[in-house]
Amino acid sequence: MALNRRHFLQLSALAGGGLALSLYDQPFARALAGGQPDGGRPALSPRAFIHIDRTGKVTIQAKNPEVGQGVRTMLPMLIAEELDVEWSQVHVEQASLDEDAYGAQFAGGSMSTPLNWEPLRRVGAAGRQLMITAAAHRWGVPPQECSTAAGRVLHAASQRSLDYGELADDAAALPVPDSASLQMKDPKNYKIIGKFTSGVDNPALLTGKPLFGIDVALPGMLHAVYQKCPVFAGKVKSANLDQIKAMPGVRHAFIVEGSVRGGPVVDSDPGLEPGIAIVADTWWQAQAARKALKVDWDTAAGSPTAAAQSSQGFDNNAAQLLKQPPIHTLRTYGDVDAAFKSASKVVEATYAYPFLAHGALEPQNTTARFDNGKLELWTTSQAPGGGRRLVARELGIAEGDITIHMTRTGGGFGRRLMNDYMVEAAWIAREAKAPVQVLWSREDDFLHDAYRPAGWHGMKAGLDAQGKVVAWRQHLVTFGQGERTAPSAGIGADEFPSGRVPNYFIGHSAMPLWLRTGPMRAPGANAIAFVGQSFLDEVAHAAGRDPLDLQLELLAATPVQSPDDQARRNRGGYVFRPERLAGVLQQVAEESGWRNRKNATGTGMGIAAYACHLGYCAEVVQVTVDAANGIRVNKVWAVADVGHQIINPSGARAQVEGAIVEGIGHTMLEATMTGGQMVQTNYPQYRLPRMRQTPEMHISWRITPNPPTGLGEPALPPVIPALCNAIFAATGKRVRTLPLAKSGFSWT
Amino acid sequence: MSLKLTVNNQTMQVDAAPDTPLLWVLREHLDLKGAKFGCGVGSCGACTVIVDGRAIRSCITHVGDVAGSKITTLEGLSADGTHPVQKAWDEIDVPQCGYCQGGQMMSAAALLEHTPKPTDAQIDTAMNGNLCRCGTYARIREAIHRAAGQMTPALRD
Repeated sequence: MALNRRHFLQLSALAGGGLALSLYDQPFARALAGGQPDGGRPALSPRAFIHIDRTGKVTIQAKNPEVGQGVRTMLPMLIAEELDVEWSQVHVEQASLDEDAYGAQFAGGSMSTPLNWEPLRRVGAAGRQLMITAAAHRWGVPPQECSTAAGRVLHAASQRSLDYGELADDAAALPVPDSASLQMKDPKNYKIIGKFTSGVDNPALLTGKPLFGIDVALPGMLHAVYQKCPVFAGKVKSANLDQIKAMPGVRHAFIVEGSVRGGPVVDSDPGLEPGIAIVADTWWQAQAARKALKVDWDTAAGSPTAAAQSSQGFDNNAAQLLKQPPIHTLRTYGDVDAAFKSASKVVEATYAYPFLAHGALEPQNTTARFDNGKLELWTTSQAPGGGRRLVARELGIAEGDITIHMTRTGGGFGRRLMNDYMVEAAWIAREAKAPVQVLWSREDDFLHDAYRPAGWHGMKAGLDAQGKVVAWRQHLVTFGQGERTAPSAGIGADEFPSGRVPNYFIGHSAMPLWLRTGPMRAPGANAIAFVGQSFLDEVAHAAGRDPLDLQLELLAATPVQSPDDQARRNRGGYVFRPERLAGVLQQVAEESGWRNRKNATGTGMGIAAYACHLGYCAEVVQVTVDAANGIRVNKVWAVADVGHQIINPSGARAQVEGAIVEGIGHTMLEATMTGGQMVQTNYPQYRLPRMRQTPEMHISWRITPNPPTGLGEPALPPVIPALCNAIFAATGKRVRTLPLAKSGFSWT
Repeated sequence: MSLKLTVNNQTMQVDAAPDTPLLWVLREHLDLKGAKFGCGVGSCGACTVIVDGRAIRSCITHVGDVAGSKITTLEGLSADGTHPVQKAWDEIDVPQCGYCQGGQMMSAAALLEHTPKPTDAQIDTAMNGNLCRCGTYARIREAIHRAAGQMTPALRD
């Protein structure tokens, strides 16, 4: 993303001396054009990316929510590098939500890097250029003779130098540099980008200072729990509220009618679920009162069939649907049926994976304060802009009357792209007429997630006598209605190996679901890679070929272009680059010794690769399976191609480490439903990986001349099929259903 | 009722029902936010504090049961981040979201008090009660090794 005419810079003086440099996005530019009386130099300092005061103190705003992906450190590094200050000089502050000023402020889709790499470095470069111009004026020398280092402008010929702080007032009065004229650093001169940089919050974090949403404390704040029906969108018929109101510390207890937008496909963030709010002086008092709560629920209020739903029922429906042709065709070319008939070998298998809960460690929470019709929220959202729209709609207040502060967040994983807890806090604070922090219990979180949807896939591949794939058919059975799939429950027409085999079909069949689904780290890919890359391994073994060779052959095939491909190319959008996936596959094969692997009894290696969220990643897993089918993941090799520059090696590597551990977790876990209710309510029933399940990890980068892209997601999908393929290599047992326990495996 | 607690070497008076979990007394009565709420059933370890030298889950420990004990929270390791565990955590840049890390550090500090040079296996066992949803375990293990042998016993007696 280039800094282009959508963006412009603005400069202003700071009260008390110094400068503030802002970067504005088009919507704000439009607002200005719409007419502010003086042509609009609004009060800039709260929105500016850079503040430099007279003492030389440099403050950089971190624009996006920090959910553990490291952007509160990484994004300011981009500015600091081009501003040419020492990282130790920089003070990082979290920006509030102001997307007109800062551009998109969300944590999702591994987009922070690709969306900000160019614009934020330009902000820094503009700041540096202003300092040079100011110094050149002061000294009466040409700006080309000046250079910068460590927050000073230098004039080598006269051996003079000035600190940025000494120049800040002068710089604030200059015209803003034309963004086309900005000089960016040669990467070989980077002093911050590319260096291991510890998290900017570490000092506060490691000494227990308040940082997270749960730590927010306002004067006069009350604490609330919000009890919802264990069946999605069920309503309260009656409850013992009088008894609850009499309990210690309880100030209010009331029913919230709520409003959930229904329909055949449930939105991931459908509104305000009905429930009962208990507001007390402390959270523990509210929670203790909840334990005495007796509610008669109308479980059918949302959907008449809600309480009849079960995981077993979905499995049965899916089995029926898999026997029929797909209801909706996504893409087909060639003649798949004829190719299967003439194939020398046909491989057919059914794959399935369960619902998953996010289980982020910090329970959902938001703190809300109403004052004179204005609402202020402190939230852990990954998408606070969406949250503001949802709150505005549900409470009937103007978005402009809502201020949002972004706290540090105890894990996102996609769950906090949904903003239900924000609406609850706003509603309850308005009713309680006091600042309120709503905090969910762990049980609330497991029972009221927007789950990673379960899915079932009928797979079929045809091989010719040389072991080449001549036909491929994929039938996804998912949730939705007709062509529409539930959130994060669909599959693309270009799913690999679409376009890379001569005859191809992909389609889906959808069944109804009365439950929220939504994105989970590497949405879609985290499930689909397991299916596609496991089945490819299966096909390779049937062909008597190395799965690496088969995949490289498919990646090298001349593609059959799809209409979608062409449309994307015309838009200049993302297009899959097969050579990048082949590159990481070859590198991980070399680093893991794949070609020389020896699968001793009980030990095996598996390989898989996947491209998603603009990144390309290949992984090899080595696993040992004991006589009792106990699994130990010994080692994982991962190679990622996310372009030409790793910005913060610590944070980048951390994302891959985390993705590997989380992916291993996906093979162990399931969220199940009976009677319309989710069964797992806390961590003892949903056993996320612990330290002893953590393998040795060998992580490296494949540096390619592509713009830097994100790492929150791409390293997760491949580890799941690589692990399952390793289990096959070790045992000869093919894992086609997750979790692994369904195939008789457990963890040592 | 009024209870006397010794937290981070300071004696404090709190007015709370004796069956209130220690976690909520620390967070809501004493404004010590280092211990976190994660599960409420002693399963995730985010609430870990040290009581008389042992790492315990404060979300399932009644405050009435620890009156008279020596309680150390994350804030009590050091206020300026100079405890060997805090230093190692920063140098290795362990945290991702960071929410569990206070609990992880308290379990690590308790381990190192009793076992100054733990093996990987001893670390895995001692840390098994602490969940990290982000998956920072490899760095936690590395940080414990780095902090090993640098501690002066202080959290017992």
